[in-house]
Amino acid sequence: MADLRINFAGIKSPNPYWLASAPPTNTGYQVQRAFEAGWGGAVWKTLGDPVLNVTSRFGAHHFNGQRVAGFNNIELISDRPIEENLKEIYETKKRFPDRAIIASIMVEPKQAKWHEIVKRVQAVGVDGFELNLGCPHGMSERGMGSAVGQQPDLVEKSTMWAKEAAEVPVITKLTPNITDITATARAAEQGGADAISMINTINSLVGVDLDTWNTIPNVNGKGAHGGYCGPAVKPIALNMIGESARNPHITIPISGIGGVSTWQDTVEFMLMGAGGVQICTAAMHHGFRIIEDLVDGLNNYLDDKGIVSVSDIVGRSVERYTDWSNLDLNHKIVARINTDVCINCNKCHIACEDTSHQCIDMLQDKHGIEYLEVREEDCVGCNLCSIVCPVDGAIDMVEAERLETPMSWNERQTAIQMLEQNIVNS
Amino acid sequence: MNDSKQPSMTLTTLLENFEEAKPSYNSAEAINEANRCLYCYDAPCMEACPTGIDIPSFIKKIASGNLKGSAKTIMTANPVGASCARVCPTEELCEGACVLNHSTSPIMIGDLQRYATDWAIKNEQLLFQQGEKHDKRIAIIGSGPAGLSAARELALLGYHVVIYEAKEEAGGLDTFGIVPFRLPKEISLWEVDQVSRLGVEICTGVEVGKDISPQELLDNHDAVILAIGMSKVPMLGIEGEQLAGVYDAIELVERTKTYGVADEFVDKRVAVIGAGNTAVDGATTSVRLGAKNVKILYRRTVEEMSAYDFEYEFAKQDGVEFRWLTAPKRLIGDEHGRVTKLECIEMELIEEKVGGRKRPVEVKDSSFMMDVDIVVKAIGQTRYRSLIEEFQLVHHDGVVRVNQETYQTSNPKVFAAGDVIFGKGQGEAMVVSAAQQGKETAYAIHRSIKPSKTETA
Ligand SMILES: Cc1cc2nc3c(=O)[nH]c(=O)nc-3n(C[C@H](O)[C@H](O)[C@H](O)COP(=O)(O)OP(=O)(O)OC[C@H]3O[C@@H](n4cnc5c(N)ncnc54)[C@H](O)[C@@H]3O)c2cc1C
Ligand SMILES: Cc1cc2nc3c(=O)[nH]c(=O)nc-3n(C[C@H](O)[C@H](O)[C@H](O)COP(=O)(O)O)c2cc1C
Ligand code: SF4
Ligand code: SF4
Ligand code: SF4
Repeated sequence: MADLRINFAGIKSPNPYWLASAPPTNTGYQVQRAFEAGWGGAVWKTLGDPVLNVTSRFGAHHFNGQRVAGFNNIELISDRPIEENLKEIYETKKRFPDRAIIASIMVEPKQAKWHEIVKRVQAVGVDGFELNLGCPHGMSERGMGSAVGQQPDLVEKSTMWAKEAAEVPVITKLTPNITDITATARAAEQGGADAISMINTINSLVGVDLDTWNTIPNVNGKGAHGGYCGPAVKPIALNMIGESARNPHITIPISGIGGVSTWQDTVEFMLMGAGGVQICTAAMHHGFRIIEDLVDGLNNYLDDKGIVSVSDIVGRSVERYTDWSNLDLNHKIVARINTDVCINCNKCHIACEDTSHQCIDMLQDKHGIEYLEVREEDCVGCNLCSIVCPVDGAIDMVEAERLETPMSWNERQTAIQMLEQNIVNS
Repeated sequence: MNDSKQPSMTLTTLLENFEEAKPSYNSAEAINEANRCLYCYDAPCMEACPTGIDIPSFIKKIASGNLKGSAKTIMTANPVGASCARVCPTEELCEGACVLNHSTSPIMIGDLQRYATDWAIKNEQLLFQQGEKHDKRIAIIGSGPAGLSAARELALLGYHVVIYEAKEEAGGLDTFGIVPFRLPKEISLWEVDQVSRLGVEICTGVEVGKDISPQELLDNHDAVILAIGMSKVPMLGIEGEQLAGVYDAIELVERTKTYGVADEFVDKRVAVIGAGNTAVDGATTSVRLGAKNVKILYRRTVEEMSAYDFEYEFAKQDGVEFRWLTAPKRLIGDEHGRVTKLECIEMELIEEKVGGRKRPVEVKDSSFMMDVDIVVKAIGQTRYRSLIEEFQLVHHDGVVRVNQETYQTSNPKVFAAGDVIFGKGQGEAMVVSAAQQGKETAYAIHRSIKPSKTETA
């Protein structure tokens, strides 16, 4: 049994799984059910001046018969009185002292407002704060959420104001609705954040009804853009975590959020620099019981690899994530088709023929049996064929014989410059 | 499987006939099927499994690639979960209850269960650790699904457990009684190994009542569990039963599982008497041993047959013929004492006056002769009455009476589970129910003994 405990920016949790601030953490009843099921922590549904919500609120992107590839919502922050929330936070922490309870908060970008809410919430005892600077709909129209989170100076100031009053760690939650997330991540660090969390939801419209021409979801015939999350956003979140983790100016821990559905996603997020993960959609899709496989699968994975503590994998893939200009231009891989595994669907052929480099030949052997073969000299090693291939092991991407020593674009440019200088000098 | 097309049967081709009939899922099939499962909450499939396996959870773990966790979820609830994946009548149990029966088609739970447990077998996983030991000692007689399951749970609870098994290998009917092309012996022996690696002592080749007395067991243990199952097929009670060429179906299966195949069935005409699970196994075994023609004779009709639908289908696909409303009257032999003919009589079903099952009666002057080389008897199983009586237990025609909740017999120190309590309205003769009874017996013993130092598993 591997050690799954984490110490995230000073917040201790028996495992790296926290529920993200969202409907699953709306009440004490829910968070306590989650803790009974085994969740390590919970970021409470965002507290602030209570709001009014609309119905309906959610939409989903179903893909090829699988439900909820992506999830979309136009829900705002907590619509329950703050006193009730605080009472339930207190009771929940008392019942589960070993679990992490983080209060998500959001107010207008004013110092007094941040001081007030931090002190008020802190009084009931929480393990940390998460500043919601990311909600992309509704709240942003009122100058909060992503309206703040999209401006590095406001991110820095809001974080600073919260820090001035906070006695527990402060995590600044970032919005992905921005060109370069490392800009706001750095701003949070400069504001004194103990950690950052990412990502909040992505601006989205999930669909339009073909018969009524209404948006999905719609409120009495009208719709507004919502926030996108769930499995579909995982690659976007993973990149933002990786970019932040490898940025030398960002040194504080990262809480990974966005599309985490399995223990495998968790391992990827942690390898790319997340100190723990937060989950919303997967729990909304299946209930809190998913924690069982999240914990069991992670534990078996670590045991299998002989890793004693989950913290040992944090950031282990970060150094392999770099700029394109550092990639080896002389490295060559090619596709190779295993005819004994191939089922002859010809998907790889047509993908390569129509949309890549026309190097998979459809041939017949002397018995008239069809087979496919890659002309390796023309193959650019793009991976397309192996991506469309429906059969595991039918296509291997193999390293071609190395003809030249490794050289990246950057190295090449430097070499050319030196060469030009030599010519000038001589 | 119709062997008229394969005139020359070699022992090697016969051996191939006894390889597992149904191929295992490959990983793509398993992932596809696992992702089709809805992961229901309070799932009816789970409710329908007698051992209560958390089916949505083990399937979800296949989908997430946590195969060890999946196998453990299965084996935690069912110590013979790898065997059950193959022999459970799933249409009647879990798969029959799957909610997708109402919309598309049920999840193939048995196949997924087999995929996960096969992974554990192939990767030589040890799934459980024994509990902290205390000084209470339990003797279990019989190492079939019931005895093995009781032993596993008791070992997890820290008991010293000794199993006495009359045969040379443990596992009961899973090892010896269920045809190898449905349940290879290695699967059952892996389950035995998982239990013995928890510190359970398994003494094979020891027959209680002969090699060791019931009194000795009672004197040296805090409790005794009787999990001896049932015995041989009973006598037909007709003339000629002693002739050469007359087999007991269970012994026949046991022989093929122990010694492999022999060529004595090649090109023979076989009549199997009875229409339960054992008859189907006897018939399909005969086909696979190279018999030319195999008939199942049953005195009632397809409606009353106790074999499961999937078994009936399996037999038909193997080319087994069914003769309904037909009963054996007499076996006739040649000068060497070998059976050559079977005299049969046609039957009809008569409605009983006071409800109940329709009764078969002979149709007057309808007897006829059937040419046979081999007759396989499969009309149920007898009971180990003498051992039950040596224990002085209250029983009803060899069916040991127990308290339905505690599995306690008339002797408070003796508990009984599995086929030994099946019949007369008690339980069902299935591997999975024997396993569940074994588990419940273990918990009942634990409740009544309450060892001072208890380690929960
Ligand atoms: C041919 C056949 C096919 C079947 N097919 C299926 C099927 O497809 N699916 C299904 O669910 N069920 C099937 N069953 C039923 C299933 O096998 C039984 O219900 C189950 O094995 C009962 O388990 P048990 O532990 O009670 O007894 P058993 O499996 O019979 O084990 C009892 C053990 O006790 C040992 N023993 C007996 N007396 C003594 C003694 N005096 N001392 C020491 N040891 C002793 C025996 O050697 C045996 O190993 C089948 C049964 C038969 C006969
Ligand atoms: C219905 C809904 C409501 C949400 N409300 C909040 C919120 O109040 N505060 C917040 O910080 N994030 C909120 N989120 C965003 C989640 O916390 C999380 O960042 C996002 O859903 C990505 O994670 P996921 O892919 O696991 O769902 C909400 C998400 C959803 C789906
Ligand atoms: S999930 Fe619950 S709250 Fe939401 S629409 Fe359905 S019944 Fe209503
Ligand atoms: S896509 Fe895969 S399976 Fe299909 S033809 Fe190509 S190699 Fe074969
Ligand atoms: S009932 Fe069917 S779909 Fe639902 S959990 Fe069970 S196997 Fe899966």
